[in-house]
Amino acid sequence: MSAFQETELRVAPPVEKGYRDPSFVPIIEPGHTFDSITEKISNIVLEMNTPRWWFGAMLVGSCFAVGLLFALTVLVFKGIGIWGNNQPTGWAWDITNFVWWIGIGHAGTLISAILFLLKQEWRNSINRFSEAMTIFAVMCAGMFPIFHTGRPWLAYWLFPLPNTMGVWPQFKSPLVWDVFAVSTYFTLSLVYWYIGMVPDLGTLRDRTRKPLLQKVYGFLSLGWRGSTRHWSRYETAYLLLAGLCTPLVLSVHSVVSMDFAVGIVPGWHSTIFPPYFVAGAVYSGFALVLTLVIPARRLFNLKDFITQRHIDNMGKVMLATGLIVSYSYCFEAFFGLVYAGNKYEHFMMMNRMFGPYATFYWILILCNVITPQFLWWRKIRNNTIVLFVISIVVNIGMWLERFEIIAVSLTRDFLPSSWGYFKPTIFDMLTFAGTLGFFLVMMLLFMRTMPMIPMYELKMLLPAARPAGHPEQGSFEEEVVSA
Amino acid sequence: MKHKKEYPIYGVMAEFDSPTAIMLAAQKARDAGYRVMDAYTPFPIEEVSEAVGFQRKHNKVALACLIGGILGGTGGYTLASCAAGVWFPLNIAGRPFIPWPMFIPVTFESTILIAGLSAAIGMLVMNGLPAPYHPVFNVPGFSLATNDRFFLCIEARDPKYDEGAVTEFLNSLNPTEVTRVEG
Amino acid sequence: MMNDESKGMNGQINFDLPVLNGEEKSSSFIIHHSSLPRKYWQSLDELADSAEFDAYVKREYPSQMEVLIDPVSRRSFMKLMGASLGLAGLAACTVQPKEDILPYITQPEEIIPGKALYFATAMPRSGGAMGLLVRSNEGRPTKVEGNPDHPASLGATDIFAQAEILQLYDPDRSQSIKHLGDIKVWDDFMTEMAGQASLMQSSKGEGFRFLTESTTSPSFIAMMQGILAENPQAKWHQFEPARGNGQFTAMGPTNVQYRFDKADRVLSLDSDFMMGAGTSVRYARDWAEKRKVSSSSTDMSRLYVVETTISGTGANADNRLGIRPSQFEGFVGALAAAMGVAGAAPDTQLASRQQEFVNAIAKDLLATKGRSIVIAGEWQSPYVHALANKMNDALGNIGKTVFYSAPVEASPVDHLASITELAQDMSAGKVSSLIILGGVNPVYSAPADLNFEIAMKKVPFIVHHGLFYDETAVYSHWHVPAAHFLESWDDAKAHDGTASIVQPLIAPLYQGKTASEVLTTLTKNPSLSAYQIVNNYWTGGAKGGDAEKAWRRALNDGIIQNTSVAPASSPVSVGATSGTEGTASPTMLPALQAGEGFDIVFRPDQTIFDGRYANNGWLQEMPKPISTLTWDNAALISRATAKKLHLHAPLQFEGAQYDADVVHIEVDGLSVNAPIWIAPGQPDDTITLYLGYGRERAGHVGNGLGFNAGHVRTTKNYWFATGAKVSKKGQTYPLAATQVQFTMEDRDPVRAIDFPDYKKDLNYVHEDRGHPWLEEPSKDDGFFPRYEYKGYAWGMTIDLNSCIGCNACMVACVAENNIPVVGKQQVLRHRQMHWIRVDRYYTGAAEDPETYFQPVPCQQCEEAPCELVCPVDATTHSAEGLNDMTYNRCVGTRYCSNNCPYKVRRFNFLLFQDWTTPQFKMARNPEVTVRSRGVMEKCTYCVQRIQDAKIQSEKENRRVRDGDIITACESACPTDAIVFGDINDPNSRVTRLKTDTRNYALLGDLNTHPRTTYLGVVRNPNPEIKRIIDPRLNKEAETV
Repeated sequence: MSAFQETELRVAPPVEKGYRDPSFVPIIEPGHTFDSITEKISNIVLEMNTPRWWFGAMLVGSCFAVGLLFALTVLVFKGIGIWGNNQPTGWAWDITNFVWWIGIGHAGTLISAILFLLKQEWRNSINRFSEAMTIFAVMCAGMFPIFHTGRPWLAYWLFPLPNTMGVWPQFKSPLVWDVFAVSTYFTLSLVYWYIGMVPDLGTLRDRTRKPLLQKVYGFLSLGWRGSTRHWSRYETAYLLLAGLCTPLVLSVHSVVSMDFAVGIVPGWHSTIFPPYFVAGAVYSGFALVLTLVIPARRLFNLKDFITQRHIDNMGKVMLATGLIVSYSYCFEAFFGLVYAGNKYEHFMMMNRMFGPYATFYWILILCNVITPQFLWWRKIRNNTIVLFVISIVVNIGMWLERFEIIAVSLTRDFLPSSWGYFKPTIFDMLTFAGTLGFFLVMMLLFMRTMPMIPMYELKMLLPAARPAGHPEQGSFEEEVVSA
Repeated sequence: MKHKKEYPIYGVMAEFDSPTAIMLAAQKARDAGYRVMDAYTPFPIEEVSEAVGFQRKHNKVALACLIGGILGGTGGYTLASCAAGVWFPLNIAGRPFIPWPMFIPVTFESTILIAGLSAAIGMLVMNGLPAPYHPVFNVPGFSLATNDRFFLCIEARDPKYDEGAVTEFLNSLNPTEVTRVEG
Repeated sequence: MMNDESKGMNGQINFDLPVLNGEEKSSSFIIHHSSLPRKYWQSLDELADSAEFDAYVKREYPSQMEVLIDPVSRRSFMKLMGASLGLAGLAACTVQPKEDILPYITQPEEIIPGKALYFATAMPRSGGAMGLLVRSNEGRPTKVEGNPDHPASLGATDIFAQAEILQLYDPDRSQSIKHLGDIKVWDDFMTEMAGQASLMQSSKGEGFRFLTESTTSPSFIAMMQGILAENPQAKWHQFEPARGNGQFTAMGPTNVQYRFDKADRVLSLDSDFMMGAGTSVRYARDWAEKRKVSSSSTDMSRLYVVETTISGTGANADNRLGIRPSQFEGFVGALAAAMGVAGAAPDTQLASRQQEFVNAIAKDLLATKGRSIVIAGEWQSPYVHALANKMNDALGNIGKTVFYSAPVEASPVDHLASITELAQDMSAGKVSSLIILGGVNPVYSAPADLNFEIAMKKVPFIVHHGLFYDETAVYSHWHVPAAHFLESWDDAKAHDGTASIVQPLIAPLYQGKTASEVLTTLTKNPSLSAYQIVNNYWTGGAKGGDAEKAWRRALNDGIIQNTSVAPASSPVSVGATSGTEGTASPTMLPALQAGEGFDIVFRPDQTIFDGRYANNGWLQEMPKPISTLTWDNAALISRATAKKLHLHAPLQFEGAQYDADVVHIEVDGLSVNAPIWIAPGQPDDTITLYLGYGRERAGHVGNGLGFNAGHVRTTKNYWFATGAKVSKKGQTYPLAATQVQFTMEDRDPVRAIDFPDYKKDLNYVHEDRGHPWLEEPSKDDGFFPRYEYKGYAWGMTIDLNSCIGCNACMVACVAENNIPVVGKQQVLRHRQMHWIRVDRYYTGAAEDPETYFQPVPCQQCEEAPCELVCPVDATTHSAEGLNDMTYNRCVGTRYCSNNCPYKVRRFNFLLFQDWTTPQFKMARNPEVTVRSRGVMEKCTYCVQRIQDAKIQSEKENRRVRDGDIITACESACPTDAIVFGDINDPNSRVTRLKTDTRNYALLGDLNTHPRTTYLGVVRNPNPEIKRIIDPRLNKEAETV
């Protein structure tokens, strides 16, 4: 049996004064046919004329992106001294942003791969969207390791390229592990995303009337014609990719966390980092998915496909990961203050909580530990506005968490004589804001030019998609009718 | 060209409007003894692919993935240990030249990378994609194959192929339309 | 002065303002080089490579872009390393002088490219000279070492000697003879002087005045005395802003020498004998020798220091007492009385703490008669000097540890009196021509109330001879560029009278002249060369034969044998002391109560001295020994006082930056604005001001830095002032300090103990001191087997008990390893590049702290955390255990620096190195890579010296001998605190030291197995003086 054809039995509860228990809201609002799905989704790309807000957002995004271009140009000409990094604090915003962006990416892969393996059908409406998010996030992340080096034009030395000197990367260095992890992650996410899109690109090819677009989409769809033989291999490949991406996504942030866990700096040297970082990654990732999906479903009027049920589920995932993250904070504090019995660790923790950066620490606790608790209430999970705000708060919190771990630990390590303080410059800010802008631009282009919701997968969720005599057919009908 | 000469006609294609219909049609065609045929659907329908005679055993994608994974893993570890211990051995922090635990991440990542790529590329190659041209595209309305229509094509290469008979047979499956596919 | 001071302020708010100001000022008065006659710099333009010229244009017309990008972008950077206009193609004139100069030890006479030669020479300095060996690469002096045979050096040097290299190559040095700002040639000057000479003949020298610093040069003195003899009316004045008059007034022209290597007890009355003074290197060495402890030693020397602000010496004291200047004499009187000295006037109401000191010290010193030293500070009053002398007498030290002799410098005078007289005569119009020799800069440094520049306007003919076209030069008619001593033939005497020939290593870069050459233009034979003058003096003009031999010997050795003066052992022989009976009464200050007004102490700056090194980037960036301040001076006050004045005394510095409140200091109607620095150990209501800053014409580096404390320094308030008013100004001003944390945070990087406890427990450094993890894990635990080091294994020990925190090692390292200067703005961001730093920690109470120093170079860990994380093999371990950096492989991830627990790695955040200025190209050590932007760098144990010694040893096919390799820091260290060698050689000094019970690894618990280890501190405080233990000690000190 193909994973696509699974669905669950559900009996809808009586509808009481307009309120619908989201867990019983179907994944697709009733009344849709294969054609209507095709039409609704492909029209966003092919028919619909570009809305005003899109241009507005594009303008804002590109302004920031240009700022990024400027900042990086200056950086290449002047050196990273234009940032605030200093002697004890060799890494600050640069690597903070790197870790944060990578983390963002994780939600995409998680939704598309892990939820796929877990046969969570509700993922189908949002997986491509979040995969795209992954890819663009990893692009943003990738900029920092390259440009944070003193001599960016030599950054390629981190890759294992044969060279006349016969010198290779130093494979014992976590940074090299990073190179492998991140590049693998990017490549496979891209492949996974693209392969997933091929049939839908075929659909666009067949629907558009513009010859140019026909050529473009025809090219991109690789001549997909929906042969059932192709479909079978396609499904296998897709399943395998999902299977591979699952351990991959877990490994990537584990490896990233090893940059610090392998170091000896108090606040870095911690064995709990891999799970801690992964949880944080998923947490921030889902937050960003919400930040993007909530407006998108409204603006493109996709409420039929991205229903309360999705919103609700993502809220639940955030709550869960949020709790894991909070648990990690407690454990970190416990290690530092009580368990380790190591003065450096103890001081590091005290310094975080009461040192020069204490404010940020407590803001971070507020954002990441207190805020998610609201998600216990279903009403809040279903209030998209509140959820939107929470998702943004969480992302701020996660950024602060990375900053606390990376920069604040560095400012005061072993020898009091070399303690310092980090202050960002305008260029730190330009660079970070710039990546946000770049990300926005890429998302907007994606939404406008690619099928942001997988059509064929949605179609399979329709009752009609099951050949007659299918055991679960009846029940599904029932649900649709009742809802 | 040669192909075209031998089979001026690619086959006969019937269009259906529901998964059930195409499934039944495919099964009937199989019962009728047709072997070389293919179905075109907007989304995968496993029953159909079995009906048109594509068995699980024909699917070699998983094998490609496995081989890729093995090569990737060994490759990754070899690269790391040769670079660190053979081609340019250096005393790094007093560690041995080849400390195996430190090479695990690289090994793991390269395994995943190559495995994934071979799965994806393998799938495309086995599917003969990319294929910019294919006779079935000549069928008017075939563009709906990616929307909401389901097509069954009995190909001219079928030993039992006889255009008249095939057309008749397909019509008997009450399709919405039957068309001759130009080669 | 307000405007001047505010300029200083702007100077930091906008980094470049001071220069511009300076140039505006100058253009009104003289032609500044930035607007040179067209013809001149067109030819320069041809000379200069275009990059040079661009840099100049950039400097003059900065693009907004650069300012936006970062304050230390190319523009201000150029400013830092100086303007290099007019020096392009200079690299061509690196020729050794035409006369024979002789290498220190027998070496091939001709220069072998790539083979460095060492030449003996001497550095003349106030009241003496320091013998040096200077390394010459292809005829370019590149590094200064001490001359082991020279009594004032014994092979070591101080920061000033080290920095002379940069002084020599300073592009801001005056480069041409000028008459009212117009460029002239030597002949023009000669003719002018010929006229003056005849004038002088006719008037018997009436109205002729000479102004020099104190000098010990026999040939110069001879010439000068010749002139004075022929022209009895002419007068010779001497002035050095940093010279005290106490000893001279109290004891007349006497030379006092101390033998610290013989003294068990030393009492310093505000004397900073370990740093600053001309003899400091020798004295520090002797003191440290005497002080070395080992498990076998039964007794240990003890140092008492009574002073105001913590000085370098005070920081090393076993017992230190901080006292307001206004109470100082009373205290000394009491002390003298307690030792039974007649004529002392004790202060009857001493504070209990002070009384405690008096009793304890007196008792202790009387118990060690003949084995102690009482030394009074250079700047203390005649009264204190007289009493110190009497105390030594009473303690029977004279002839044992204290010796008197005839002065080594010619006709010593009271410098203050001398300059005062000169200024008065000038204002009275009695001076017709003034010849200023040797770079005296009275316009900047003379007491404010003399208004020297106004007086100068009354003098019809002024010649100024100096290294820089400075404040005084601007007001002079003629300016003659001086030859740096590394360019000069000269001679000088050490404090003990030992004479040395100063031989040049390089022909004058800018046709500079020595003082003698200028002076000789007034004599019968006006065109003598410096060489002839010196050579004639010592050989009597005799050629060949013994004279020639002796001459060559003198050049070769760097000293002239048997020229030291015989020390007279009794004070009587010095007559003057008896005369001091009368003067022995507190003359200096009215005694005040605290709060009535502030006491002020003036001191020459710890790194740029009296301002003569203001344009020296190396010294500007050198952290001041105690405060670790760079690029600025400040008003040092105690925390309590700061709070009383409602000044901001921050709990935490923001990194290297401390936004200090600015105070308005008013003394007798004169005033200056100064940022405050809170100094532990400073007595309340007392302010210490450092001289030497606030220069207007020091050069591109020095202009407008800090504030000029000279503005409130008058003939009356020369070293001390009282009744000063201090008020908050409401401005703040960023000060750049390299170390913002004051305490050890219970981590004991420095492990100290008192001598008695040490004897009880020799292993104290390894003790469980409340943190059991402090122990270094055993060599063979750990997951992986450890690397075997066969052959050489380089290692180092640093004896913290000997380290006096003088920073000589830092400057030596800067000079040896081509370390760039980054400037104040970058230090504020904590990006200084020093490969070795000297950490300073306080313990005890903030008002009475104990100070410890710890030099930290790269520890060369065997299991280096930095190497493990480098992704590109840029830092790896050599087979000899060196933690190597491969600069051209480094991509600059800074991961290594993050992972270095000692934080000794330094990163080129911007293009810190000056690649264009020709002078700096010449100054560099060709053996060391010049690092560029985006690259990590760090100490390599001077690997270039290691390789050199290994090559040598392989030629002679033998192993490298212990002592063949002396690292730059080791050779500069006055106290032999640093020892380097092969730890695989069981007999090397370093191996033996590593077996000492005081030997411990810094942060050894991290299992890094560092090759550099430290020997713990042992202090020997007087048990009868109780420690002040402040319950809030760490917190309090930290908050300073």
